Amino acid sequence: MTDVMHNFELYQPGTVADAQAILKDSDDPWIIAGGKDSLGWFKDRVKQPSEVVDIAGIEELQGIREEDDGGLWIGALTTLTEIGASDVIKNRFPALSTAADHVASPQIRNAGTIGGNVSQDTRCGYYRDGFPCYRAGGNTCYANTPTAMNREHALFEASRCVAVTPSDTAPALAALEATFVIQGDGDRRDVSADDFFIGPDIDITRMTSLERGDILLGIRIPGKWAGSNQYFEKVSDRNVWDFALVNIAMAASMDGGTVSDVSMVCGGVQCTPRHLSEVEDLMRGESPGSNLETLVKRVAASGAQPLNFNHFKVPMMRNLAARAVRSLAAG
Amino acid sequence: MEYKLIGKNFTPPDIEAKVTGAAKYAEDFQADGMAHVKIFGSPMPHGVVNSIDLGEAEKVPGFLAALVPDEVKQPGPAGFPILSNKPTYFGQPIVAIAAENEQAAADAAAAVKVDMTLLPFVVDPLESLKPDGPDALEGGNIASRGIDFQSLKWTGKDFAMVGEDELPRGEAPIEWMFGDIEEGFANSAVVVEESMVHATNAHQAMEPRSAAAYWENGKCHVWGSTQSTSFAQPGLARLIGIELSDLVFVAEFCGGGFGGKATSYPLMALPALVSKKIGGRPCLLRVSRVEEYDNGMARSGFQGWMKLGFAQDGKLLAADMFMVQDLGPTSGFRDYNNVGIASTIVYQPASMRFRAVPVLTNTTPKGAQRGPGENQAANMVEPLFDKAASELGIDRLAIRRINAPGGGGADAKIGAAQGPVTSAYLKEALDKGAEAFNWVERSANSGMQNGSRARGYGIGQAYHSAGSNGFDGLVRITPDGILHVHSGVGNLGTYSYASTSRVVAEALGYDWDNVVIERGGTQKHIPWNLGQFGSNTNFTMTRSNYVAAMDAVLKLKEIAANAFGGSPEDYSLENERVFKTSDPSASLSFAEAAQRAIEMGDKYAGHVLPEDIHPMTQASAKAIAGTGLVGVAKDNLEKEGTVPALAVGFIEVDVDLETGKVEILDYVGGADCGTVIHPDGLAAQVRGGAVMGFGLATTERHVYDPAYARPNTRTFYLSKPPTILDVPLKMGWVATDQPDPQNPMGMKGIGEPLQGAASAALINAISDALGGHLFNRTPVTTDMILNAAEGLPQSHKPLATNTV
Repeated sequence: MTDVMHNFELYQPGTVADAQAILKDSDDPWIIAGGKDSLGWFKDRVKQPSEVVDIAGIEELQGIREEDDGGLWIGALTTLTEIGASDVIKNRFPALSTAADHVASPQIRNAGTIGGNVSQDTRCGYYRDGFPCYRAGGNTCYANTPTAMNREHALFEASRCVAVTPSDTAPALAALEATFVIQGDGDRRDVSADDFFIGPDIDITRMTSLERGDILLGIRIPGKWAGSNQYFEKVSDRNVWDFALVNIAMAASMDGGTVSDVSMVCGGVQCTPRHLSEVEDLMRGESPGSNLETLVKRVAASGAQPLNFNHFKVPMMRNLAARAVRSLAAG
Repeated sequence: MEYKLIGKNFTPPDIEAKVTGAAKYAEDFQADGMAHVKIFGSPMPHGVVNSIDLGEAEKVPGFLAALVPDEVKQPGPAGFPILSNKPTYFGQPIVAIAAENEQAAADAAAAVKVDMTLLPFVVDPLESLKPDGPDALEGGNIASRGIDFQSLKWTGKDFAMVGEDELPRGEAPIEWMFGDIEEGFANSAVVVEESMVHATNAHQAMEPRSAAAYWENGKCHVWGSTQSTSFAQPGLARLIGIELSDLVFVAEFCGGGFGGKATSYPLMALPALVSKKIGGRPCLLRVSRVEEYDNGMARSGFQGWMKLGFAQDGKLLAADMFMVQDLGPTSGFRDYNNVGIASTIVYQPASMRFRAVPVLTNTTPKGAQRGPGENQAANMVEPLFDKAASELGIDRLAIRRINAPGGGGADAKIGAAQGPVTSAYLKEALDKGAEAFNWVERSANSGMQNGSRARGYGIGQAYHSAGSNGFDGLVRITPDGILHVHSGVGNLGTYSYASTSRVVAEALGYDWDNVVIERGGTQKHIPWNLGQFGSNTNFTMTRSNYVAAMDAVLKLKEIAANAFGGSPEDYSLENERVFKTSDPSASLSFAEAAQRAIEMGDKYAGHVLPEDIHPMTQASAKAIAGTGLVGVAKDNLEKEGTVPALAVGFIEVDVDLETGKVEILDYVGGADCGTVIHPDGLAAQVRGGAVMGFGLATTERHVYDPAYARPNTRTFYLSKPPTILDVPLKMGWVATDQPDPQNPMGMKGIGEPLQGAASAALINAISDALGGHLFNRTPVTTDMILNAAEGLPQSHKPLATNTV
């Protein structure tokens, strides 16, 4: 299989308005920025859009701004390296900072953007290799058969497709209750993380609520969790250049020695970042410690439905949740 | 012995080009009017081509030509064709397209339509051995050197006798034995019996096997990526269908081979054949990463069974081994053979039986990869020694010491015939490694927990044969006084092409600054040398270079004797001069001697050559004849027995019991490689081998869904070679530095076992951290470690292959 991309028309607008105009006129548009997801598709010739809109040059989508409520605005084109290096993010939202620092490799983080990291497609090997699966418009899931190789696949919410979110920043942003600001055809809308990431039960052909012609402008993180106790951990086979087997993000506020509020989200276990609602409910009002860790472990992966090769993700989820709790005791 | 150059560090001449990017690889080839070649690979693991429709491809602007299987020579069953009408693995080239530019070639290749019929296929050797199991090739499922292509099926009873968790042991075409194993087991205090799986591994070379070619004046010029400049040529000429003398071959740099580019290979010949079809026009085949994974000849995997019997003191009394090798779709490489041989030399069993079945599968083609068989043996056998040590209540170092050959190896035996070795200091390597690592004190912390992290320690040992003989050396001193060492060994990246050339300078007493290494292709007039594979270079090339240097020494003395009288024995060499020992004023500089050699002609200038040198050396020597003093000879030095390279590894790890993650805290590698020729080069080999071993042991993946036999891990990010952030920044090394008596300066090779020692050590350390849990599977991946730590079953069935 070659790695030579197909021919396509390339547009490089300088403003959101220009990009909108191009997108409106296009029959088959594909938005590209850092290219870390898109170019793989193109080089493998599995996806061959006829028109590619490169938004990397749009200045207004760059950078990090402080908001009045103590939160932040992060332009969609801000690179993962910039996010990892940002002092304000480190101070207010260390879970995101740590997550960004654990994406892929330094080289990829230099080019890859936060917008791309949250809106990238899944890494299911069958889907990426061009198998005509449900997600690709077919009528089978090749990753969920008696012989399927599905070590990296879902424990929850399968709904025909068992692919998982590959993003490291998505669980962090979901835990921080970020909203995603999207420019549609004419309208601009704020979408919560819970609604931005969508599972196969809503639309099996995409991972986010972004529709054709939409541009992700940026991400707004509210001040709610700024400066709270935060935790992020990613488990992958290698320390670099790997997608997560499982990752976890947590933001928690403490009142004395007890947890007053907590938001905990797990990645790599279903198509969307998974809020560990039972864990959150359990933790509120409790004191971190081995007893709480034991209880958290009991509920962290409840309802998991392992496939042929991924039951290890169940203890991995449980242990990561317990480690997040442990970080509160240590703090 | 004190040497001027041997054992000293130096900067190999290719380093600067590599670190600055100036090095030119095959893919960098450019020529006016160059066409680009792309391939259409099989979309199925085994099929037959009914028809090829080039109609749409020919319409692509820039299309030049297509080459189809009927136009190329087809090998016999289990051979490795350049293009195939009956592909036996996914991605196997069926059609080659040439076009004016790369985009057009890729577009045209994508427009090729091939109508095919799917044939039965199999990825698991045991499935193929079942009574009604599919054959990977029509008409057969086993083939190897000495084994005719045939279909071999085991009986239902063979499988029923053992159940799903143990390797069935049916008819085996390979069987050898020495000693009385039944008596050995009867006398054993502890018997360890296990079944195991070793995964297949891709070579992971940074440089894919791109190639370029053109034809001019009846000669075919090829730029290729190979480990072996001279040794690759005869095979390449055969693939192209020309005489060796009509091949012009350039291979100056090789961006990684690891055995996958040991010699020539079918894709290297493809641009030459396409070029011929379009009138000799230059053609470049740039091989993509996916194509490299599809065609790059991976290491063979194994399904195995072993029974080892130990005396109370740890001595191995009996070994019974049964190996099923995944050959891939060609006769591949005899890794199985090396599993048995390695076990005999490293452990010196008193008795042993070895049986093996090499089975064809519709997986990526297999070839030698660093320690082919030997390193899998290390990963499969070494954990069983830890288990035995535990059951015997003796230290893991002690059980290895008592079995290891040492003291020079006079009593050491190797192979089925229990033949001799040239030298062996494995026991000494264990001692030096243990001391450098501080094994006794540190391993007392085994199992120590810090939070969720458990400390583990491991030792690994490995072997590879390390030298050959009978090849040629060619050197030249030009009238400017420069020494030219002509080397055809290749440049795999080990720097050994350079370090072995220093033997010539050492023998002649040359200042290294006055030496030029002539290498990189036929244009440099290279002699017939063995390839840069099999850990042989240090031993083989130093011998070849030495005999050529000695020829030059003799000729220098004869020239001086001719000038000043007396006999050659009356003369000595020093400071790049030849002088009468009794009257140093009667002397010639080497430059002056070279000028006289030209004037004297005959053998001195290379006009008259030894009769026993290879035609390639003859041609090269004739090409440089008359340009200086030519030293040329075949290595006819004595060689008796196998040259063993032996390596040890000591490692410290932390295993996170909550995540399955492993952190390597420290590593010390030890080498029995004879005289150390180049300390920095050896250190790089120890560390590089260790990194590659860590990948072999833990992260690297080679996955097939058996329903489709389509490889799932055809990118770096899916195949997962280790990165710089997965290994310790500093790793220690030691060497026994004991000269091998059958090399003039004591050298023998070492490259390959350094990987197996490291991988086995890591596997053992992970098990140690888990309280001695035996995985019986390589690699040991994150999920396996976590499952073991949690007391959960593993996902794979015990003998399943291609699952990680």
